[in-house]
Amino acid sequence: MLYIVDRRKNPTGKSLGNRQRFMRRAKAQIKKAVEDTIRTRGITDISSGDQITIPSKTLKEPGFHHAGRGGNRNYVLPGNKKFVQGDRIARPQGGDGGAGGSKASPDGDGEDEFQFTLSRDEFLDIFFEDLELPDLLKKSLKQTTAFRNARAGYSVEGSPANLSLVRTMRNSLARRIGLRRPKTAEIRELEDKIAALQAKAEKRPSGKLTKLDDEKLHGFLADLEEAKRRMKAIPFIDPIDTRFNQFQQIPTPNTQAVMFCLMDVSGSMSEQMKELAKRFFMLLHLFLHRRYKHVEVVFIRHTSRASEVDEETFFYSRETGGTIVSTALEEMKKVLKDRYPTDQWNIYAAQASDGDNYSNDGAKCTALLAEDLLPKCQYYAYIEITDEREAEIFAAAEGETALWKSYAPLASNNQRFALKRVTKASDIFPVFRELFAKNRAEAQS
Amino acid sequence: MSSKTKSADTQEPDTRKYLFTSADWDFETLKSTYDAIEDIALNELKLDVYPNQVEVITSEQMLDAYSSIGMPLMYHHWSFGKRFVRDDIMYRKGYQGLAYEIVINSNPCISYVMEENTVVMQTLVMAHAAFGHNHFFKNNYLFKQWTDAEGILDYLQFAKRYIAKCEDRYGFDAVERVLDAAHALMEQGVNRYSHPEKPNLAAELARERERAKYEDETYNDLWRTLPQPDLDDQDIDELKRKMRIEERRAQFGLPEENLLYFLEKNAPTLHAWERELLRIVRNIGQYFYPQKQTKVMNEGCACYVHYAIMNSLYDKGLISEGAMMEFIDYHSRVVFQAEYDDQRYSGFNPYALGFAMMQDIHRMCIDPTEEDHKWFPDIAGNGQPVETLKEAWAHYRDESFILQFLSPKLMRDMRMFMINDQSTTPHLEVAAIHDDNGYRNVRRSLARMHDISVREPDMQVVDVDIRGNRQLYIQHTEHEGIRLEASEAEMTLGYIGQLWGYGVTLQAVDNETGEILHEMNFKPENDGTA
Repeated sequence: MLYIVDRRKNPTGKSLGNRQRFMRRAKAQIKKAVEDTIRTRGITDISSGDQITIPSKTLKEPGFHHAGRGGNRNYVLPGNKKFVQGDRIARPQGGDGGAGGSKASPDGDGEDEFQFTLSRDEFLDIFFEDLELPDLLKKSLKQTTAFRNARAGYSVEGSPANLSLVRTMRNSLARRIGLRRPKTAEIRELEDKIAALQAKAEKRPSGKLTKLDDEKLHGFLADLEEAKRRMKAIPFIDPIDTRFNQFQQIPTPNTQAVMFCLMDVSGSMSEQMKELAKRFFMLLHLFLHRRYKHVEVVFIRHTSRASEVDEETFFYSRETGGTIVSTALEEMKKVLKDRYPTDQWNIYAAQASDGDNYSNDGAKCTALLAEDLLPKCQYYAYIEITDEREAEIFAAAEGETALWKSYAPLASNNQRFALKRVTKASDIFPVFRELFAKNRAEAQS
Repeated sequence: MSSKTKSADTQEPDTRKYLFTSADWDFETLKSTYDAIEDIALNELKLDVYPNQVEVITSEQMLDAYSSIGMPLMYHHWSFGKRFVRDDIMYRKGYQGLAYEIVINSNPCISYVMEENTVVMQTLVMAHAAFGHNHFFKNNYLFKQWTDAEGILDYLQFAKRYIAKCEDRYGFDAVERVLDAAHALMEQGVNRYSHPEKPNLAAELARERERAKYEDETYNDLWRTLPQPDLDDQDIDELKRKMRIEERRAQFGLPEENLLYFLEKNAPTLHAWERELLRIVRNIGQYFYPQKQTKVMNEGCACYVHYAIMNSLYDKGLISEGAMMEFIDYHSRVVFQAEYDDQRYSGFNPYALGFAMMQDIHRMCIDPTEEDHKWFPDIAGNGQPVETLKEAWAHYRDESFILQFLSPKLMRDMRMFMINDQSTTPHLEVAAIHDDNGYRNVRRSLARMHDISVREPDMQVVDVDIRGNRQLYIQHTEHEGIRLEASEAEMTLGYIGQLWGYGVTLQAVDNETGEILHEMNFKPENDGTA
């Protein structure tokens, strides 16, 4: 007796629970691997999910097993070619081929590292774990000022623009069939038959039809009249057929953010420094994307003048000139005023610079920030990028750049403002984490 | 049947008799093909099988089944997730294909077949699993003695629910801790010499309730306040001390080689549910114990059966020449044995060795040589190949089967040779080859390689210092100076300590002299005052 059961329709993913337990178990290692990956890899493809390699040691399932070597042991192998009893063979080095291969790992289970692929979401969750947007309780987040149109079924009244043709025609067709409204084709057929009979009458010498045909003709004429009457009485589309698409205004939380990238592009910023700045900006962008539905980016670069530019120009074109930071802040203020009202947008800003500034400009920057920009921003991060060699000198001399000097007092009394120094690519992520750690006070201590 | 792949050259094949003509299968062809196979298996080979249940699954479901050691239902554990992730990657990257089938030793016997198999493959798989393995499961003495085909699915259902409940009640971490430790000891969690009681869902549930009830009833907070008994009196003379050791060894049933059983029954600090988890892992380990000892025979039996059935189908004109060619292609890939110096070599292929031995026995029964008469007087030329094989399938395991039935001809055919590897010498020595001097040595050595008691280390609980610091003593008997893998042993010892709750000592003892070679200690962090 045979039972055949088709299990293909059964839900798959029976191992999901196992995978989750595995992820939990491996979490610490996975996290470390993720951070390593970030350090070594271009920032642009960071969100694509990743092949993660974690050392399998920590996921070992130990047991009592015999060691692979040592002692006195015999084993049988197939495929003898030239050996006779008593032959001596040099002990093969390593586990590659030959007799050594058979004993190197009795289970054939000797992997050192364990590779697997994280899904994009798993990757980003780990990537941004413990990070929180500062000051998330902004009013506009709670206020439901924005509305979104959502479909809400059909209604019998509405504006002609919202007429749902399919629904309307369906109703009309049902009504016409139900009330037996004659079809145009049927009427045409009757007319054709009448015309044919009349033509027949004209051909005859008497000009009249036979009695049989005459009866037929009258029958057709009566049918036709009845059909036309019904057609008139039963309209093709009746007002009761019409249906309109209905929309509802659904209030949505304000989930859009704008991110300002400000960067000094004067000659003193090397390509390498710009690359570091770029990494930071990309991280911020990615992070905001996790939290907000819609994120816009504004790039403002400055030398002694500032202008809003596109991404390509921002990162890759060079300009010469002095450095006046306040111009960029002015530009940001202008853009904010023109395009991003604070009640609709969550505003984030990140500024990258090597710290140079025109000596008289510091006070102006501070004032602009404190009075105009910081009250509007959710968060303002200043990243100072220094050359690695310079960094050592500065560290030794306790040196501070012009911009740092003017910004430092601001940071000490404003929660929304933070500043950090970065010297190499591997600093970026730790600094980023520190800036956005759930509890910043803890992270800094 | 005797490897006739071509027959009836003279007459045109009758295509109307074919069971199938296209490469795709449907449930109709599956059914009619099964009936044809069943007819051959029951009436020609006279196999004795459980009722069959064939289940069609997708490759994704096959991967799921892989990770839970081939069982249709299994409790959750991260190690299964790890296996799944690894198999998934290997499969996606094309390093490893999936098995064409998985068969479960249960009643009815469940075979999983993949939907993407061709109809020839489905035929092969049904012959192989639904009759080959099935017959072996039902008739081999090890399976009869150690496993319960009737109850296994019920038991797994119970285990899965119970562990899920424990996770709810005590948290993932607490359950994971116990399961990790239990998995590490799974190989040391089988009874090798006595009958295990058969697990039965109702009885298990009742016993579990009883255990909890007993604990509730006998709980008395006063016990906690009793003063600890004094330590050993120093003056007690040697004889008395020895007698006490014997007494307590008897009390704990020592020595005990089933480490998990010992811990389940005697670990002082475990909760009732933790003991139950150990028991579940132990029972599952016990269920798989016969499979580990009969890989060569089990696969050999299945290969022999499918080969016989496919040839018979062809001889009867039920499958076309093209289908037969396709079958031979699959078959020869399955029973391929790489030679030792081949890159693909990774030990003896149980399918190849098993099938070659079965075919060899078949040959000896029908067409024996002078040599066969000398070596196998009982079976040579008895003319009853299937009966002889059925006898072997029922009463042997890999080790004894090889020792009994490996013929000089097969050793020559596979060009087997034996290497002696002594760590004290800088070179390996060829101890024996496939010649008159070597046959017996090669055969004995190959049999030992398939002996689970040689492959797996010899571990025993030997003593426990119950009146002192509750130190547990575990002994590894070293044969031929082969040690334990040290780093793993250390971790496993840690797991034992975790279950036991007090210190554990692992002693390596030479099997001839009885002298203690080296020791490894585990000290609990809380210093035994748990």
